[in-house]
Amino acid sequence: MVTSTLERAAEATPPGAARRIKGLSDRAIAWIFVAPSIFLLLAVNIFPLIWTINLSFTNFKANRNREVEYIGLRNYERILTDADTWATMQATAHFLFWTIAVQVLIGFTLAYLINKKFKGNDMWTTIIVLPMMLSPAVVGNFWTFLYQPQIGLFNYVVAFFTGADASSFSMIGEVALAPWAIVIVDTWMWTPFVMLICLAGLRSIPESIYEAAECDRASKWRQFWTITIPMVLPFLMLAVLFRGIENFKMFDLVVQLTGGGPGNTTTLTSIDLKREAFEKWRTGYASAYAVILFVTVFGLASIYVKALNKVKER
Amino acid sequence: MTYSVTEPSDRQKWIAGFLVIGYALITLMPLLWIIATGFKSPADAIAYPPKVLFEPTLEGYVNLFTTRTRVTEETLASLGEPTTWYDRIVRQYDMIIAGPSRYGERFLNSVIIGFGSTFLSVFLGTIAAYAFSRFRVPLKDDLLFFILSTRMMPPIAVAIPIFLMFRQLGLNDTHAGMILLYTAVNLSLSVWLIHGFIEEIPIEYEEAALIDGYTRFQAFYKVVLPQAATGIASTAIFCLIFAWNEYAFAVLLTSGTAQTAPPFIPTIIGVGGQDWPAVAAGATIFLVPVMVFTILLRKHLLRGITFGAVRK
Repeated sequence: MVTSTLERAAEATPPGAARRIKGLSDRAIAWIFVAPSIFLLLAVNIFPLIWTINLSFTNFKANRNREVEYIGLRNYERILTDADTWATMQATAHFLFWTIAVQVLIGFTLAYLINKKFKGNDMWTTIIVLPMMLSPAVVGNFWTFLYQPQIGLFNYVVAFFTGADASSFSMIGEVALAPWAIVIVDTWMWTPFVMLICLAGLRSIPESIYEAAECDRASKWRQFWTITIPMVLPFLMLAVLFRGIENFKMFDLVVQLTGGGPGNTTTLTSIDLKREAFEKWRTGYASAYAVILFVTVFGLASIYVKALNKVKER
Repeated sequence: MTYSVTEPSDRQKWIAGFLVIGYALITLMPLLWIIATGFKSPADAIAYPPKVLFEPTLEGYVNLFTTRTRVTEETLASLGEPTTWYDRIVRQYDMIIAGPSRYGERFLNSVIIGFGSTFLSVFLGTIAAYAFSRFRVPLKDDLLFFILSTRMMPPIAVAIPIFLMFRQLGLNDTHAGMILLYTAVNLSLSVWLIHGFIEEIPIEYEEAALIDGYTRFQAFYKVVLPQAATGIASTAIFCLIFAWNEYAFAVLLTSGTAQTAPPFIPTIIGVGGQDWPAVAAGATIFLVPVMVFTILLRKHLLRGITFGAVRK
């Protein structure tokens, strides 16, 4: 497949151009330049993907040396009928919905405020962005310290403002609070991402549109809903797409924060998959699980991209 | 100043500034807390109420870089006066330094794997992006999309066959294996970003160079590369930060020789649970370089995090 593509690449380069210049021909250069990247991606992504699909029909266990049997769709059947899978999916959906909702709300508000161009807005924007660039595992681990009952800074601040006892609640130890604990840290880390994209959207709106609206005596409120929001919407949707894919894959931050607990309350799909694959060593089963996740991500993402393009066309 | 209907009033600016700075200060708190905790004594770190003012000490840093053993008072007395400042800190707890900790090695692994994979992915990404941008590659859009789509897969899902493949090839827990893996993961980012940067360079420059008798290669590295240098440099920093922060592959595929800092830092434990000042010290050393890079990168930040989809 690669060869044919590259050969066509070479053929498409006009021979005139190739002959005109000294040294290697353009088609040879195109060949040499693209091939290593494609080859590496095939080896590290596509080959493993095909292997995963193949394994998903077997009962293979990577820690045992026994005969591998093909068991058809039994792995898929088991996963889709397992109540735990659905609990995991539900935890993931909760995490996705709330992180996106809160981050869009805060991120857009911040971008809107920064776009008022107060003095020093550049510097403060950079400060707000910092958490996003840091190692989620290292930061997540430190947040467990902030979340400690009694001595944790988070509990202290909450206690200070609400009057509750700082040792009376544990964000990562209680079934009712843990799903929110991961939403809070993810929001802290990733709101700046949504903010930056919204800011780019706001800055892309030409001033002349507002000036025209002003001439037509449209109220500020009306300008906001009929100019600002529709013009920022494609940017906002792009931000949601990125956050959606990233949080669907979420592993490092949550593993360090809660490890999926207490019980299974914060066991997101990636964490569940890791347990099946690398703790229970049900390699075949986990491969089927991985395939289901691929299909879900690609399916949802492509439906979403279609919607995004529709909004852009308007 | 010319009058503009879209210029916010002073009052609006004040309110906006107040709210944004308020948010920024809240968001900065956990980071400042990490840095501060690194300089606290273990007692101060777990004090209630949490201590904002404290006497700074380097205990956390000493604990981070050493392993210590408890000794009896007689042994301690027989050793005589401590000769160095770090000995003095350790002796307060009736302990002596037994040797260096693993942190140094893990940090070095992060540096080797980070820089190695960054170099490779930027190199491969630059030449591929150049070819995509300047030659007529059929199925170009499909290939570019294929490259991007490799980033959508959850790392854990890809990790199963990679684990098996690496085991077969003897690459588990090796620097070479991790460099190769991170190179592949970062390739999508580097191809997409650098492609965008090269597209912005007018093709006329190269055509002029070719007419002047340059070969393609000469035109590439004497005309295109210097023009794209800033873009390539910021792409490199993004790749470096990704490799630096990566945890999922690192925790599954490395355990000893090639383990990087992110899986290691959370495992730093002291007497009775995590040694928070040492963890915070390790985190500080690990995170501060990224903060500096983020500040340097701020102009290209948006472009980097959206794979070039949004350009300011």
